[in-house]
Amino acid sequence: MSRRQIILVAALVLAAGAIPFLVSDYRTFQFTLTLVYAIALLGLNLLTGYNGQISLGHGAFYAIGAYTAAILMDQYGMPYWATLPFAALVCLVAGFLFGLPALRLEGLYLALATFALGVSLPALLKYHHLEKWTGGVQGIVINKPDPPFGLPINPDQWLYLFTLAVAVLMFVLAWNLLRGRIGRAMIAIRDQHIAAEAMGINTAMVKSLAFGVSAMYTGVAGALGAIAIQYVAPDSFNIFVSIVFLVGIVIGGLASISGAIYGALFIQFVPNIADEISRAAPWAIFGVFLLVFVYLMPMGVAGAVRMALARLARKAQNRSQST
Amino acid sequence: MDAFLHQVLAGLATGGIYASLALALVMIYQATHLVNFAQGEMAMFATYFAWSLINAGMPYWPAFLLTVVFAFVLGVVIERVIIRPVENSPVLVIVVVFIALLVILNSVTGWVFSYTIKTFPSPFPAEPIFGQYITSHGGGAIGVTLVVLLLLYAFFRFTPLGLAMRAAAQNPESARLVGIRVGWMLALGWGLAAAIGSVAGMMVAPIVFLDPNMMGGVLLYAFAAALVGGIDNPGGAVFGGFLVGVLENVLGAFVIGNELKLAVALVLIIGVLVVKPSGIFGKVMVTRV
Repeated sequence: MSRRQIILVAALVLAAGAIPFLVSDYRTFQFTLTLVYAIALLGLNLLTGYNGQISLGHGAFYAIGAYTAAILMDQYGMPYWATLPFAALVCLVAGFLFGLPALRLEGLYLALATFALGVSLPALLKYHHLEKWTGGVQGIVINKPDPPFGLPINPDQWLYLFTLAVAVLMFVLAWNLLRGRIGRAMIAIRDQHIAAEAMGINTAMVKSLAFGVSAMYTGVAGALGAIAIQYVAPDSFNIFVSIVFLVGIVIGGLASISGAIYGALFIQFVPNIADEISRAAPWAIFGVFLLVFVYLMPMGVAGAVRMALARLARKAQNRSQST
Repeated sequence: MDAFLHQVLAGLATGGIYASLALALVMIYQATHLVNFAQGEMAMFATYFAWSLINAGMPYWPAFLLTVVFAFVLGVVIERVIIRPVENSPVLVIVVVFIALLVILNSVTGWVFSYTIKTFPSPFPAEPIFGQYITSHGGGAIGVTLVVLLLLYAFFRFTPLGLAMRAAAQNPESARLVGIRVGWMLALGWGLAAAIGSVAGMMVAPIVFLDPNMMGGVLLYAFAAALVGGIDNPGGAVFGGFLVGVLENVLGAFVIGNELKLAVALVLIIGVLVVKPSGIFGKVMVTRV
């Protein structure tokens, strides 16, 4: 990253930090969820965009993260911030374990297996032997955290800032992971897994690890989402959560870090607008957008932005040369 | 023992429905080597079509036939318009297109017909006609599945068009050289699959009631059934369907409880894919590196 880019990113983060002081509490809550989705989408993008493993069941890891946080707060009285590492750990292990058998599956079959996971998870959450912890169909209600140290802001604003801090941390970690040795190995496996193996990459290890890390990101997002919404229930984690994530990464841009943010904005705010037309409208729009993007803009919004910037830069260069 | 027999027969009845949908999945897999995630929603959409016909006063069986024809046309159109442009794209693109199709069909149905749950009539009488262990709808569903399988077998075995479709699926290049229009054969495969799926939808709707999300669980069992039987083998898929239906019912009733029934499908899918990806009757696929 050049110095200019660092300044730009820092300015963006600062601007994002100013949002809760400029808009209503409800909008702040919506932006909190946007950040939550951005983390989840980044997780899915690590797996699907960078490593080429298709997952149609990431809603399951989102749910596991959410339930981990909710159970720890509800049953063990843990403070909200302390639940995040646990949610991350539980999902890392869950993702790694699911990734092991998934190693033998490729493409379509992996999509199938993860789809099955996404569809069947709500039923597992309702299982009556787990009801003691999960609250069964009723779910779990948790309390909204108060701002610490007597800060003069309201809980919604605090939660937004807290989520923003976590999101920035997760994005920096992902950026570091992807430009290093492991990131290059992940991309190599996606593009040519036989060549990658021939070059000495432990493909089995990298693929399961990618699955674990991806699940971890989504799990942290799930935990933050549960804290923000203050409620978890099995039926809010149906297969459509996984599909929303897929919509997010395709629209935002596959294999792109900034794409996670565009995708999150899309899946948070487009349904809000479309809801006014009809209850079915958001999904109809999601479906049509998926088709349009796949046919016309396969790189997503991030790809379009990149192309537009490159064109602008070229024009500026031409102008400076001609004068 | 009575209760056990009852569960097995009830399992066979739902198994027949899974078998039909699994058969539809196998049709598309054979033709294009793709697994259609929207198969369930296509069946659901066709079932709504049947529902509107019956509601408009049409008798059951004409409505049934008309729906099968409608589903066939729908399948062909979807293949020609939506699937054709991405035929040779990477798997991710195709999966995304299938998911888009699923979402669009689901929301359009909800939009047009509303999300309220509707009842759907069964063509079979209410009083048991196949003995006390099985409802007449269950027995009828098994019968319908077997008839569909028989018709398909006859079609592929004895008609020139069936032969052409098999040729197009097995070796597209050679088939094209002898004058078969491979593209249209694939579209026909989609049409047949959609038609079979619509039968499954109309058979399952009296049991689970009609709503836009009714096929979610059924599709999962159908995936499991197709994989257990071998995803490239129609007979295997039907066998798998009955097997999954019985397993689901017996395990649900006596071992794990009804809440975990869907988990049976999950375990079967992952288990088969990991241990024996070709299923019981499928051909082992070898890829050249």
